[in-house]
Amino acid sequence: MSVQVRIPTILRQHTGGQKTVEGTGTTLDELFQDLDGRHNGLRARVVTDEGALHRFVNVYVNDEDVRFTGGLKTPVGDGDSVTILPAVAGG
Amino acid sequence: MLRIDHALVKAMVAHARADHPDEACGVIAGPADTGTPVRHIPMLNAERSTTFYRFDSIEQLKVWREMDDADEIPVVIYHSHTATEAYPSRTDVKFAGEPDAHYVLVSTRHPQVAEIRSFRIVDGQITEEPVEPTGDARLTATQHRGDADAVQSYKFGHSPDALIYDCQ
Repeated sequence: MSVQVRIPTILRQHTGGQKTVEGTGTTLDELFQDLDGRHNGLRARVVTDEGALHRFVNVYVNDEDVRFTGGLKTPVGDGDSVTILPAVAGG
Repeated sequence: MLRIDHALVKAMVAHARADHPDEACGVIAGPADTGTPVRHIPMLNAERSTTFYRFDSIEQLKVWREMDDADEIPVVIYHSHTATEAYPSRTDVKFAGEPDAHYVLVSTRHPQVAEIRSFRIVDGQITEEPVEPTGDARLTATQHRGDADAVQSYKFGHSPDALIYDCQ
């Protein structure tokens, strides 16, 4: 089971500069826990201490914004593609 | 230093004027190898707010994919301030997620004078940079003669007296 994860520039400090990494899990939550084992600090940039997605980080599974598909409980599986993008926002 | 074609400045300002008093936002993409701004992509402000902007997440993914496929990067990320100066707000700094982008602010607080300033925002630090418009400003103005925005003036940089030129 392998999920491909696209990492934005601002988070590549956690992946040794890699644009794409691979992880395993049956949900996004498990995937980010798995990734954090090899890419220390990555999970904390996406998931809050309370265990929710950061409001201003967009996470997509196969081009669907996971806010509309169950957040961290969104199922993932072999061959799925996850994209992380910092929301572009401000005041 | 941000070198940018005058036509692109004009397009950003026209977008900001059209959405005023809501904040307008968008991207100017360019080749990753040169970092020159080339392709203007006006984005929806999903917040439809006079004080806040946010790209629509699905539109953002689509545009970011297109840039990736074309070996482009978001050279400029711009948005407007409709009642205040063209300087990054605290929220702008808090959410700045593209360390390689030129963050361009357009203020539409004056009906006829648009203020355009550019910044790098990295690790919470704001660094202003000069904006150097390229191309022929007069030609661009002539092409649009008769538009309401033919009386638009552009003020670059941060000095209140730095009216570099004016295309009436």
